[in-house]
Amino acid sequence: MQTGFFFQALVYLCAAVVAVPIARRLGLGSVLGYLLAGAAIGPFALGLVGREGADVLHFAEVGVVMMLFLIGLELEAVRLWALRGALLGLGGIQVVATSLAIGVTALALGAEWRVALVAGLVLALSSTAIALQSLREKGLARTDAGERAFAVLLFQDLAVIPMLVLLPLLGAHAAGAGGAAHGATAIDALPAWGRALATLAAVAAIVLAGRFVVPPLFRAVARSGVREAFTAAALLLVVAIVLLMQSVGLSPALGTFLGGVVLASSEFRHELEGDIEPFKGLLLGLFFLSVGASIDFGVVAANGASVAALVVGLVAVKAAVLLALGRAARLSAEQNLLFAAALAQGGEFAFVLFSLAAQGGVLAPEEADLLVATVALSMAATPLLLLGWERAVRPRFGARRAAREPDAIDREGPVILAGFGAFGSIVGRFLLANGVETVVLDADSDHVALMRGFGIRAYYGDASREELLRAAGAERARLLIVATGSLETMRKVIHTAKHDFPKLRVAARARSRVEAYELLDAGADAIYRASLDTALRSGADALRALGFPAYHAHRAAQRFRRHDEASWRELAAVRRDERVFQSRARESLQLLERLLREERDVPDPVDDNAWDAASLRAERARRDATDC
Amino acid sequence: MSNAILVLFAHPALQRSRVQRALAKAVRDLEGVTFHDLYEAYPDFDVDVAREQALLAAHDVVVLQHPLYWYAAPPLVKQWFDLVLEHGWAYGARGTALVGKRFLCAVSAGGDEAAYCAEGENRFSLRQLLAPVEQTARLCGMEFLDPFVVYGTHALGEDEIEAAAAAYAARLGALRGAER
Repeated sequence: MQTGFFFQALVYLCAAVVAVPIARRLGLGSVLGYLLAGAAIGPFALGLVGREGADVLHFAEVGVVMMLFLIGLELEAVRLWALRGALLGLGGIQVVATSLAIGVTALALGAEWRVALVAGLVLALSSTAIALQSLREKGLARTDAGERAFAVLLFQDLAVIPMLVLLPLLGAHAAGAGGAAHGATAIDALPAWGRALATLAAVAAIVLAGRFVVPPLFRAVARSGVREAFTAAALLLVVAIVLLMQSVGLSPALGTFLGGVVLASSEFRHELEGDIEPFKGLLLGLFFLSVGASIDFGVVAANGASVAALVVGLVAVKAAVLLALGRAARLSAEQNLLFAAALAQGGEFAFVLFSLAAQGGVLAPEEADLLVATVALSMAATPLLLLGWERAVRPRFGARRAAREPDAIDREGPVILAGFGAFGSIVGRFLLANGVETVVLDADSDHVALMRGFGIRAYYGDASREELLRAAGAERARLLIVATGSLETMRKVIHTAKHDFPKLRVAARARSRVEAYELLDAGADAIYRASLDTALRSGADALRALGFPAYHAHRAAQRFRRHDEASWRELAAVRRDERVFQSRARESLQLLERLLREERDVPDPVDDNAWDAASLRAERARRDATDC
Repeated sequence: MSNAILVLFAHPALQRSRVQRALAKAVRDLEGVTFHDLYEAYPDFDVDVAREQALLAAHDVVVLQHPLYWYAAPPLVKQWFDLVLEHGWAYGARGTALVGKRFLCAVSAGGDEAAYCAEGENRFSLRQLLAPVEQTARLCGMEFLDPFVVYGTHALGEDEIEAAAAAYAARLGALRGAER
């Protein structure tokens, strides 16, 4: 068993490691890479994984659930509300119109009415995982088409619920199958009104818990300072929602999405994103792999012509409905094509629903296999369609896309501030006072809660994590200011930022000269020595107190700062050769000695000859003398 | 009723100046004179507009005292003009805060008086060179008085400097009592 598990893991991981980079290099996108790899290792090609692929598929669906959770986290309630028109209008019409179109086509082709109805309903659904992952990977999720596509997918998730109820009614033996496949039994015992009530209660529970129970709980876990504990809490949250949703027969994806939306306005948003992201990535990859593995090439080969016709027909019918909808929703031609390309495939629910239908006797097993293969192939076609859109359609509409870019920038703060302590809080307050949108990352959850009370966009988390920086908008931000507690953290933050976001400018505060050197070595673009300006200001005030003119004192301080910065930079080069085998304390002392020695010989720090008329007077005296 | 005098003094390096130091010393402590050292108040050029406007409003005569560098005032004076004399306060339809006040330039120049004429080294008279300041005062509704000028500062001996300082103090004394 053990060996079996590890062998399976080896196969799946190898497939991912080999296929995905190749697919990306070829410009096909990771989704297609996973699908192809899955097909290759599947029981119908290399046969490295067997029929248990179906179980893996179920397990991997948690990846889809997590993706919806993450999408929810990015979508605050206000934006969701703004989507309501698209959700109900576009989504509703898409499901009904596509079901009708496919159903009628099936009837015309001579299918039995029940088969036609089931096929129509189930094939109307698109694949949330494929569509959203492909759009996000290409950075298209926030386009007009991306947002409309998302609304439609969300509605489809809602539409699954009545379909699960309806399907068993069509078949004789399938009464319990819907529940069983969905992992729930308890709720089936209830009368209809009880079920409705339980469903509402579950939704209310998610909203209320997300608002009032989860944040204090997370705060307590965060205070413990153990990062794994927080990761565990994040996973616990997702798994708990999944179980709750299954027990009332609702879609887990929908539940976690809702949980995400509720938590989107909490300070843990970015940390949660950072924690769930890797799991989501892996499980989603696993999901695509198992979709690929489930393509039954035996069926495909035996029915080559009809499978091909089915796939093309399915994509064509779905795309036609979507294009008409997009046109009605006043999408531009370019965006409308993207909208249609993104959603013109069968969804993962088809795998579940078709097998249910087969168990219920609504579909013959061969029919079900044929339809499942069709859906899987239509999924594989999506990345290709999007690739075609990218290559053939988008270049003609380049200007429009460019015009939308600033919008994306505005949504993310142009400045990310890591650390809101003595230094960071001044920088942050200053930026906010000047109307600069600033995202604050701080490792102290009490601190963060306090800031949020004042409406500051603050998030709890360790800024040295790539995911957290990404979630805070590092790809679009113009400046990252690093002012966290320990030197070690600062170095890590700078390293991560420079490595993963090379375009991001990094400024760091240093508490000493030596620390400043370390941060420079770590790759910071600008260093601000925390005590330099304050010390010089008090020095200038000391001069004034002794009777120096204020402007003289001011310029003397400015000049000294310039001198100090220059000597600091100069020594940075020297230091690189000398620092080996030195302790920090010793280095600090040597630096100081060198500075003192150099400055002993500086005569008058301010020598504004321009204001000295002595040379003018001398010249004039000479001239007068010769004149005589 | 005597006039309140505000002396706006601008010198970036007073420790190097002989003439301006003497002039400043002569009027600094006169009764009825508010001596306001701009470089001392705003070494970082961050002029406090509200404070300056309040000072202007509280005085009848404004004296702008500075050395002439490159035919103009030191840069802080320009900064002060730009920030303090706001539209709607100092000029414009509703900008009447300075109307009726008198404005005196008190400048020291390195060249001789003879150099400041069409035939001289500097090709313009001092009054011509001060035209932008004069027009500024006029636009704000102030009366631009005949400037107080100390010429040829590079060649002045101690006695001559003392005499110039005394003349300056006398000029301010006269302004203090003078009716319009």
